[in-house]
Order: sequence, then C-alpha cells, then structure tokens
Amino acid sequence: MNILVFVKRVPDSESKIKIDHDKNQIDKHGLNFVMNPYDEYAMEEALQIKEAQGGTVQAISVGPEESMATLKKALAMGADEALLIKDDAEETYDGLRQATIIAQAVKEKFSDYDLLLFGKQSIDTDNSQVPTMVAALLGLPQVNVVTKLEIEEGSGTAVREIEGAAEKVQFSLPAVISAQKGLNEPRYETLKGIMAAKRKEVPVISLEDIGIENASLKPKLKLVKLAPPPTKQAGKKIEEEAEEAARQLVEFLHQEAKII
Amino acid sequence: MILTYMEIRDSKIKKASLEALSEAKRRADDLNVKCGAVLIGEGLKALTEDVFKYGASQAFLIENPSLGFYGPSLYATILSDLAAEVSPRALFFSATAMGKDLAPRVAAKLGVGIATDCTQTSVSDRQLEVVRPIFAGKAFASFRFSSEPQIASLRPNVFPLLDPVSEQGEVIRKEAEVSPDQAQDQVVEVIKGEGAEIDVTEADIVVAGGRGMKEPDNFSLLKEIIALLPNAALGSSRSAVDAGWVDHQHQVGQTGKTVSPNLYIAVGISGAIQHLAGMSSSKYIVAINKDPDAGIFKVADFGVVGDLFDVVPALKKELEIFKE
Repeated sequence: MNILVFVKRVPDSESKIKIDHDKNQIDKHGLNFVMNPYDEYAMEEALQIKEAQGGTVQAISVGPEESMATLKKALAMGADEALLIKDDAEETYDGLRQATIIAQAVKEKFSDYDLLLFGKQSIDTDNSQVPTMVAALLGLPQVNVVTKLEIEEGSGTAVREIEGAAEKVQFSLPAVISAQKGLNEPRYETLKGIMAAKRKEVPVISLEDIGIENASLKPKLKLVKLAPPPTKQAGKKIEEEAEEAARQLVEFLHQEAKII
Repeated sequence: MILTYMEIRDSKIKKASLEALSEAKRRADDLNVKCGAVLIGEGLKALTEDVFKYGASQAFLIENPSLGFYGPSLYATILSDLAAEVSPRALFFSATAMGKDLAPRVAAKLGVGIATDCTQTSVSDRQLEVVRPIFAGKAFASFRFSSEPQIASLRPNVFPLLDPVSEQGEVIRKEAEVSPDQAQDQVVEVIKGEGAEIDVTEADIVVAGGRGMKEPDNFSLLKEIIALLPNAALGSSRSAVDAGWVDHQHQVGQTGKTVSPNLYIAVGISGAIQHLAGMSSSKYIVAINKDPDAGIFKVADFGVVGDLFDVVPALKKELEIFKE
C-alpha cells in the first residue's frame, strides 16, 4: 500500500483568535501552531496500514515554510518521506483553491498510490471540503468522517459517522479517506524518530513546479469580513441548596427560556 | 432559481433539509427567483407534498432503484448534471453528515465556490452573502461568491421553518444514467446506534457532562434528565471523551461538534476555550459547576454553583413535578 497523507499546520485548539482588521485576516501573532488534530488520525492510520501490509507513507503539506515543522512531526511519527508544496498566499477559506493545488501535485509528482488520507476537517477554516474536492478533481471514490477502515487488495470498507448512526461504505482503490476522531489513537513521536526526522531532507517545491500559476487560483469565494463572535453576557448565578437551585432552574427554563 | 437538495433518511425528508429549503425560499423571494427542491432516491412522489409545503414551487425527482443507498460520486454527478441543465443561481444543502460529504463534490465538479455550515444568509445588491463560523465559532466570516451556482450548506437547527402552506407545485422527473463506475463509493448498510439516539447537532436541547462527572456510570444521571426533556441529546467535553467515559460522537467543541441548540446544559464542565467555541451560540446556556470561578459561568444565562451530584438529582425531581 502506498499512502499519501496530507497534513496542515493550524493554530492549536486552545488558541484565542484575534482579528487583524486592517488585513482582514486572523492575527497570527502569539499563536501556537500544531499539526491539525484530525490529520494525526490520518497519519496514524497510514502507519498502521503500512505496518500490517507493507508499502510507503508520504506526508505532504501545502503552506508556508513554517509547515516544515508539521512535516517533521509526520516524519518523526514514522512517515518515510515528506514533501512541502510552498504556498505563501494568505488564507482564502476557499477549499477549491487548496484542493486544486493538491490534485495537481498528486498528478504531477505521484503515480503509484492506493490511498489519499486526510483529516476530516482542519480546525482553522472548518471547511470540510478539501478531501472531497481532491477526490472529485481526481475522479476518485471518497469516504469522509471515517471511524473504521479496512483495506484489501483493490478495495476497502469504511464506517463513517452520520447523525445518530453510522454508514458502512464499500469503495474501490485508489480512494480518498478522511479521518475522524475515534479511528485510532495517534502515537507519540519517539526521541529516535525526532532525531531521524531532523536529519531527513524534505524537498520543497513551488506551485510553478507543479504547473500552477498563482493567477489561475483566483478564489471562488470573496471574504467580505471577519468578525469576533457576538459577546455573551453572563446571566444569573445562584448558590443555593440543591432543591431550591433546581426549583429556580426549572422556573427559568419554563418562564424565561420557555423551553418547557 | 435557488435549488435545495433534500436529504432523505428512513423514507422521510430530514428536518434540516426543510430548514434549508425555508431559508432558500426567503432568499429566492429577495432575489425574485423560483425556489426548487431536488430529491434523489426511491419512493419520492410521496415526499413532494412536504417540499411544496415549505416553499418549493418545483420538485425535481431523480428516481431509480439503484439510488436507494447514498453514494457521493453518483449523487454528485446527478446534482452537477441537473445544475448544468437548470442553471440555478444558488444551490443549498443542509450541513449534515451527508450535506458536508456531497456539497463539496458537486462544487468541485462544477468548479465553483462553496461555503460550509453557514449560520446566516442574506441578499444585497442582488448577491447572496453568507456568514459562517470559523475556528469552531471563535470568529465569524462573511463571504460572497465569485462563481455560480453559489453553493452553501446551512447549519441544522439555526434557520426557522416557514409556516407550512398547502400549495401544489410542479413535479419534474429526470432520468439518471447510472453507470457502475460511478458507484465506486456507495453505502451498503446504515448501522443504527443503540436506541433512537438524537445527534447533538440536531437536538433542541443538549445536556453535556465533563470531567466533573468523575466516572462513566455517572452519565446515567444526565440521561435521566434527557429522558424528561423534549428532543434532547447527550453532549460532552473533550476531557470526558479522552478519558473514555463517552463516545467521541458526543463531543462538543473545536475537535468535536459545534452546536447551536435552544438550550445547552453544561454539567461539571469548566469551560475550556475550545469547548466554549463549540457551544457559545446556543440560545440559552445553563451551567452547573461547583467551582464559582469556572469559565463556563461567563457564558451561562443561568448558573448554579453547587455539587452536580446534589443538583442534578434535585433537577430530575423538579422536572418530574413540573411534568405532572
């Protein structure tokens, strides 16, 4: 099994998000960046498949130079190779732009692959678009939000999460799979892995190297405005005996919130 | 036209799809264009009444026995073919598991932009504008589209249903050519969870537990409350999931689900920033926590400072009394 895993550098989930209104962008100062948490599940799954069935795992990232740290983590976890496709554009929130770059890179740089693994969404844009769009652009089958994956020769079966149930999906290979929490327990990097990853050369290629002119990537979405969430005022806070507190709470639910 | 994709589960149209259709009707009126619905599957004729009730004047039916089970490649081909034929200004989906899986594939096939999980739509200068949360709700982004059809998936439980009208509309049947290579990723079985569980993203009320629940068995306390409330679901914080106390499908927050129910009851949840992001847009928030300084109280409309193991059983009693 030859597996391509796509990893993205994102601010960690504890980050406070501030807006740079002049640039109409998220203010990146002081943010701690990590590998997108869902991509860790994708990485782990790739490594487990390789360990069971042989093959290679290649980690690929599209983004600024700093994404090298994310690729080094992937190498430290156990990826055989890594590739950085350098793209310094500000975030456009347009999934099709990102997917176009990835699909083109796959066409240009990789010929022999069985699986393309992604996280089910990146926790910055929350688009949940790129894996599906890459599948569409390459004409490949897709299964998203996967919590269970079985790969055989030429085909696979996946279980994906839906509302209050799950869907079992059969698909042919090569395929695009996006990982959900619960698929596995991502491993920690070992010290040995980290040292080996440090020494490993990671090729950096540009959009031009894969035959894309930046001008052709004009976003299909126009970001009009970024705004902080509406501020929520703290309401009533009571400290009473349990019975009295419960009575007041039910009164609130009935009379004010009108929910019961 | 604004065209809305209607999702069918258990031979019924999902409520989230009717919400998206209702919103499509409001925007179609602003733009002075038609409002249409598209249904794919089997036994569709019986379902058209619902789409006419909630704003559609045209229902496109693509019916075929091999379409009974969902498959993204196949469904996306059908939808993009239909869009190419009828040229809608916009195409709406509900941002359900299926909508999030299907809509981007349609967008990529058509080479157009899409906004996922929108919480507001409007029209200005005859252009659609949408607002969607990013970073799980730590910020909100407004978008316009530079391509058509403008594709948006709408978050369930946010957009009000229209008052149903008893209108009749036009039923338009379309043939789908189903070739085997398009069935490259088809659902073969829907595995039901235990009981008729309601998903946190679709519930009117979410009762969520965190680290304060102390052990998995204590979640039964919350389930007793859920049983007494209408359309209520179990939620949880990340720490409760990571401890293995509840399944990850219940997790609310930046690495879980983002929810906007009418009522969110946070029990024994301190209110980490990644959790608050996922639930702050709930209409009413109730917090029960013994730490008076817990961050969750900053967003709570009603906070109870106290031991959840006293307060929750007392709440159960009060709800039972109220019900009588």
